[in-house]
Amino acid sequence: MAGNTRFCLAIMAAALAGAASPAYADYATGLTPGITSTSREIYWLHSLAYWVCVAIGVVVYGAMMWAIARHRKSRGAVAAQFRENARLEIVWTIVPLLILVVLAVPATLTLIRMKDTAAPDLTIKVTGQQWRWRYDYLDQGVGFFSSLDTKSVDASKLRSGIDPAGVPNYLREVDNPLVLPIGRKIRLLFTSTDVIHSWWMPAFGYKIDANPGFINEAWTRIDQPGTYRGQCAELCGIGHGYMPAVVVAMNPADFDAWLATKKTEQASAAAGAERQWTKTDLMAKGQEVYGRICAACHQPTGKGIPGTFPALDGSPLVNGPVSGHMDRVMNGKPGTTMQAFATQLSDVDIAGVITFERNSWGNKTGDVVQPSQIKAARK
Amino acid sequence: MAEIALHGEEHGHPTGLTRWLFTTNHKDIGTLYLCFSLLMFFIGGSFALVVRAELFQPGLQFVSATTFTQMTTLHALVMIFGAIMPSFVGLANWMVPIMIGAPDMALPRLNNWSFWILPFAFVMLLSTWAMPGGPPTSGWTLYPPNSLQTGMAFPFVIFAIHLMGISSVMGAINIVTTIFNMRAPGMTWSRLPLFVWSWLITGFLLIGAMPVLAGAVTMLLTDKYFGTSFFSAAGGGDPVMFQHVFWFFGHPEVYIMILPAFGIVSQIVPTFSRKPLFGYHSMVYAICAIAFLSFVVWAHHMFTVGMPLAGELFFMYSTILIAVPTGVKVFNWIATMWRGSLTFETPMLWALAFIVLFTIGGFSGLMLGLAPVDFQYQDTYFVVAHFHYVLVTGALFAIVAAVYYWLPKWTGHMYDERLGKIHFWISAIFVNVLFFPQHFLGLAGMPRRIPDYAVQYAEWNMISSIGAFVFGFAQLLFLYNLIRAVRGRGPRATAQVWEGAHGLEWTLPSPPPYHSFTEPPKIDDAQAHS
Ligand SMILES: [Cu+2]
Repeated sequence: MAGNTRFCLAIMAAALAGAASPAYADYATGLTPGITSTSREIYWLHSLAYWVCVAIGVVVYGAMMWAIARHRKSRGAVAAQFRENARLEIVWTIVPLLILVVLAVPATLTLIRMKDTAAPDLTIKVTGQQWRWRYDYLDQGVGFFSSLDTKSVDASKLRSGIDPAGVPNYLREVDNPLVLPIGRKIRLLFTSTDVIHSWWMPAFGYKIDANPGFINEAWTRIDQPGTYRGQCAELCGIGHGYMPAVVVAMNPADFDAWLATKKTEQASAAAGAERQWTKTDLMAKGQEVYGRICAACHQPTGKGIPGTFPALDGSPLVNGPVSGHMDRVMNGKPGTTMQAFATQLSDVDIAGVITFERNSWGNKTGDVVQPSQIKAARK
Repeated sequence: MAEIALHGEEHGHPTGLTRWLFTTNHKDIGTLYLCFSLLMFFIGGSFALVVRAELFQPGLQFVSATTFTQMTTLHALVMIFGAIMPSFVGLANWMVPIMIGAPDMALPRLNNWSFWILPFAFVMLLSTWAMPGGPPTSGWTLYPPNSLQTGMAFPFVIFAIHLMGISSVMGAINIVTTIFNMRAPGMTWSRLPLFVWSWLITGFLLIGAMPVLAGAVTMLLTDKYFGTSFFSAAGGGDPVMFQHVFWFFGHPEVYIMILPAFGIVSQIVPTFSRKPLFGYHSMVYAICAIAFLSFVVWAHHMFTVGMPLAGELFFMYSTILIAVPTGVKVFNWIATMWRGSLTFETPMLWALAFIVLFTIGGFSGLMLGLAPVDFQYQDTYFVVAHFHYVLVTGALFAIVAAVYYWLPKWTGHMYDERLGKIHFWISAIFVNVLFFPQHFLGLAGMPRRIPDYAVQYAEWNMISSIGAFVFGFAQLLFLYNLIRAVRGRGPRATAQVWEGAHGLEWTLPSPPPYHSFTEPPKIDDAQAHS
């Protein structure tokens, strides 16, 4: 049993080393202290609870190892026959209770502070959907989707042949990060359009579930500019591991400038729907949208997954009348994973992806669907 | 295990297949349960190895994200409902009547039925691999709306869960009834062995919790096929309500899988300490306290769903309160060892590893119970590490300890002690290589149930996977050792088997006669276990 003693000590030493090195690195072991008052309080509570456990562990395992080492038959130990001690039982009921109070008081205070979402400077709605996030800057008219970066998408395919180590921030990079100002109180509202997701930003100190049909809230005030990474934490189907959340925190002045640019950009994108597009441009746009949105289920080959996700290659719907195809993409199919993309994608995106699907793989309809048709169909 | 050498000189009972199909004998049914759960343990374990093989390196090398997620779903369902729970029922079937001096279980025909439902349930569950779309990708928790996206497999999974629930409730009713009505004269409540006490309380937990699960999954079924909206906001329902109902079952379920383990350890530690169990009464009170608390802590699985402050605080306080009775149990086991005369045969090694490693699971449980910190821990590998310390090094280690402890009694032959110790040391070391690094992964930000991960998690995942494979294959030693004893290869076991053992089971020959006690034994203080 001496081996067991040594082994337990080794475990505890490893655990101590883990708590002492919070930095993200290879052999990452510790919780991040984060970049907000909440995350630091949580880190402190975590450390407190951890050291309380270590202290109790030393006493409990120490007594156990002592008995194992000294009270063994092979050393000639003769068993005592005591079987009860009321005073001892009372002590080891009361002392743990007191330790729990020591933990519960600061935990209660932190929880109360975390719930105080009053008087925010800025409110952002975070919407989860299979499998990307959408961020809406409420009252600013700015909103966009944030999807897994294409380099990660390519490398993450089954037997892709691409080494994830060579992909910058593999599975933790997005096309459009959530941009936030430092120093301001930001209120975050969480919801979902399909299943339950959970938006986790370790640097903020929390994750909050995004429930379809309900709104949860939380707040944060970031201390330092920088890029912070997290991901969806609630199992939301097969794309669950591919739903990162990235926050870029910047000085308030830079943030205001970024917001103004974003507003202009979104206004001009809306104007793009008015002009006529060439087939080549629509195909290019459609391929990009397909890879980002549709390929997770219908697969890059258009063959789908038999029994779960229908094939688009050779599909009667895709090769049938344009109106039916548009209806399915824009309004979805209730009761399945196929969502109503009318509310999620722009006119150009939808026109592009329908054109792409009708002229890819074995599909050769030759049809070109213009953004103006989508716009008209929205009414 | 058909060769189990039960005494042939008893009056004629059927042999061959019909013996096992129609048996109403508590030992035969116990054997069936144990063999079934061993099979399920290897099937569920192979699912886990697929998961760990895929997580060996970043990127997807072996299976698709879909298959990976289905593996995690079925690993949990098979291990919980197929391996852990039936093996405890099997142990209860074998040992409860013998330990209380009863001729058999109170309801022998019900007993036959509650076992024979199980193979059908699991054939149905596992057949979902052959269905279009395959098993659910929603995890064993089946949270809607995600689980409602399951294809054709959905109703089969639900009905399989119904069958498992019916089987466990019938098993629980049988055990509770037996303990209430079949105790031999003199087997008073305060002389009841701790294993029997723990199963009595577990029986009530099962009867209280399993119907709630049945209700929850039935509501899923009607939401999907009959147009109800229990869990859909669009129809006035609430997806989070499923989680409340599910965990109202789910948390007692956790204690269903650990209380009998407490009972087993409370039998084994006194035996090999050659000393009575310390604090018998406080051990019984602690089990009752844990069982009561288990019904009022469920929402600690859901701290991040968006509960009001008062709810979060209530569930935080009630959760960390469980540390008190759990601590009392650990302290009592150590006090039992204190100034004993310890020897370290294989069952004792497993029981000691249980105390050490289950306590680690208890520590992480306490940390998880602190609601604000849980906003970081929730749904990460820290949680995965926690519940595997509780269920693998907790429940499973206790089951293995129990099998080594009672195997000589069941078969009449000793297992190979040297092999048992090798099996123990490989398992005890590599189960930590497997699960301890998962604490680090969770703290460093790796969510659970993901098929692929960011590269900073590569090293610990590789170490964890190596631990998984060694731990997994080491269990073949266990299988070999079992078969060896069942086939009568080891030295003959005496009735007493262990020098320090007390209790009625050690007054019967090894193996015990087909009908254990045809005349009720008389129990006095000297014979009573405790
Ligand atoms: Cu998600």
